[in-house]
Amino acid sequence: MTVTRDRMISGTLKFHLFLCVVFIFAPIIGSFVFSLNSDRFPSLPLGSFSTEWYRLIWEDPFVWAGFFNTMIVGFCVAVIATVLGFGGAYTDYRYKFFGKQIYMALALLPPTIPVVILGLAMLAYLSRIGLSGDLYSIIIAHGVMCSPFAMAIIRLRLSQMDPDLEAAAWNLGGNEWVTLRHVVLPFTFPAIIASLFITMAVSFDEFAVAWFVSGLHETLPVKVLGFLQGQVSPRINAIGSLAFVSSISLIVLAQMLLRTPSTRSRSASED
Amino acid sequence: MQNTPIVAFDQVNKSFGNFVAVENVSFEIGRGEFLAIMGSSGCGKTTTLRMLAGLEAPSQGRILLDGEEVGDKPTWSRDTPMVWQSLALFPFLTVQENVEFGLKMRKVPRKERIERARKWLDRLGILEFADRNIAQLSGGQRQRVALARSLVTEPKILLLDEPLSALDAHLKVRMQSVLSNLQKDLGITFVYVTHSMSEAFSMADRVIIMSRGKVEQIGTPEEIFHHPTNRFVAEFLGSSNIFTGVISSVNGDTLSVRTKEGVFEIRNQKKLEKQAGDSISFTVRSEQLKLDLEDSKPLLNSIVATVVGEEFSGAMANIFLETADGLELQVQKPHEEIRKLGVRHNRNVVAYFDPDQCHILSEG
Repeated sequence: MTVTRDRMISGTLKFHLFLCVVFIFAPIIGSFVFSLNSDRFPSLPLGSFSTEWYRLIWEDPFVWAGFFNTMIVGFCVAVIATVLGFGGAYTDYRYKFFGKQIYMALALLPPTIPVVILGLAMLAYLSRIGLSGDLYSIIIAHGVMCSPFAMAIIRLRLSQMDPDLEAAAWNLGGNEWVTLRHVVLPFTFPAIIASLFITMAVSFDEFAVAWFVSGLHETLPVKVLGFLQGQVSPRINAIGSLAFVSSISLIVLAQMLLRTPSTRSRSASED
Repeated sequence: MQNTPIVAFDQVNKSFGNFVAVENVSFEIGRGEFLAIMGSSGCGKTTTLRMLAGLEAPSQGRILLDGEEVGDKPTWSRDTPMVWQSLALFPFLTVQENVEFGLKMRKVPRKERIERARKWLDRLGILEFADRNIAQLSGGQRQRVALARSLVTEPKILLLDEPLSALDAHLKVRMQSVLSNLQKDLGITFVYVTHSMSEAFSMADRVIIMSRGKVEQIGTPEEIFHHPTNRFVAEFLGSSNIFTGVISSVNGDTLSVRTKEGVFEIRNQKKLEKQAGDSISFTVRSEQLKLDLEDSKPLLNSIVATVVGEEFSGAMANIFLETADGLELQVQKPHEEIRKLGVRHNRNVVAYFDPDQCHILSEG
């Protein structure tokens, strides 16, 4: 009796999960399907299969310019945010000091601020100090946005580190800097790589803040808005599909990196 | 240099905020000695060890290492490797790389490093695992890696912080003999922190017993076991036959002690300065306490008590008694003798002892 009821509950839950996934992914899949459709407007029934829209964006120098800007920003942001995030996470792991709670809360704050407000504030601030309207403006703004993600990822990894590990390295003759390089960095390495991927993906997709501070140096998401304002073109579906594939690959890679080592270290710390 | 102790603690204090972890601790450790520091958790034994390692700086007092005052010299500038309770092996390095770590930190050239690490792996019988990951090793193998990693720099002193606590009983005994043999072969000083009496007493040349940050007694296992200086040590070592009272008269070496349980005659074997009116505590070892049935003739130094429990281990039986006043006594006798006597649960019996077979606690 209980078995059948459990099976029913589990079946219902599975179906519910399936519906949720469909709901979330339907627009993305739709966009992907229509990007390969020959029709000008996204409507059913579908026309013939076509890579026309991919060819058009391939040949569009503005799309390429946007793509390069996105890549440059993405790389720089990933590195800067990960370095800052590591610093924050390590501070939290190693030190106790007055006001640490407030310090940690502030460090984790940026993602909770609405992006439009953050974008506006960034624009106001950066233009006042003469740093707005260039590619590095986006890098600065995205660095602020992404560091907390990096910090969260690296902090999670550090929380799995035996506190005796660093002390053991000191005890064996390594000073604090040497230990940081030979023990803390290797231990957190998977999380550092994962953080690079995830912060890059976040920067890659981010539109609002980039739109505010970028000036003439538009990233791809900003470019997409430009397209939309002019005309509705299936090229957007093509760009969207490519952007989705690259972001999701970065996230999946990060997940894989975060998973393997944590299970390994858990089995190691069992006894 | 040979005659100076390798370690000397001189009136060392350590407090964390308002909490005093170690108070006025002084002792010396000789070269090549196996010293165990023993006590229950929070007694300050680990803090003492960490100060010796340089992981904590003393709040007051001096610590001399090899004749040199180390004070707050950081751990990486000392040669005081430690074997950790958690082992603290580096999970991202292989066994070989773990062992090489200390040499790498000392900038030993690669070739020499590999050779020396392999020598120690071989010595501890784990050379075949050199290229394995730490996660692939068993508990006992990891223990050996931890030992090899600490010994590879060939230090004069090795610190061990409850290294065997995670092992099962069988492996524990095996590792104890590995450790004792290693210490004898190497001739270096081992400082071993533990809460386990069997570990401390089976391996150490001398034992320090600590409680609440203070040293309670220092001595060889023999001395401590047979002559605990105070009530704490006696209780800590599991002795339950502790009598407390006031001396009513002194007659040469014989003291009459009035306690709640009656008047006892005891021999002052160590000729301690005692006079009538002094308060005094003494113990009688459980195997020296004799037992008889209640209805037999009156005896010297006898106590009437009720049997409240029995425990059998091999050929020996432990009988737990309680007097009307609530004093707990423990008698150890061969199983056979207990059976003949007809001792049973809830039965009243008479426990008695010889005046020569009690031990006076010197510190009250």
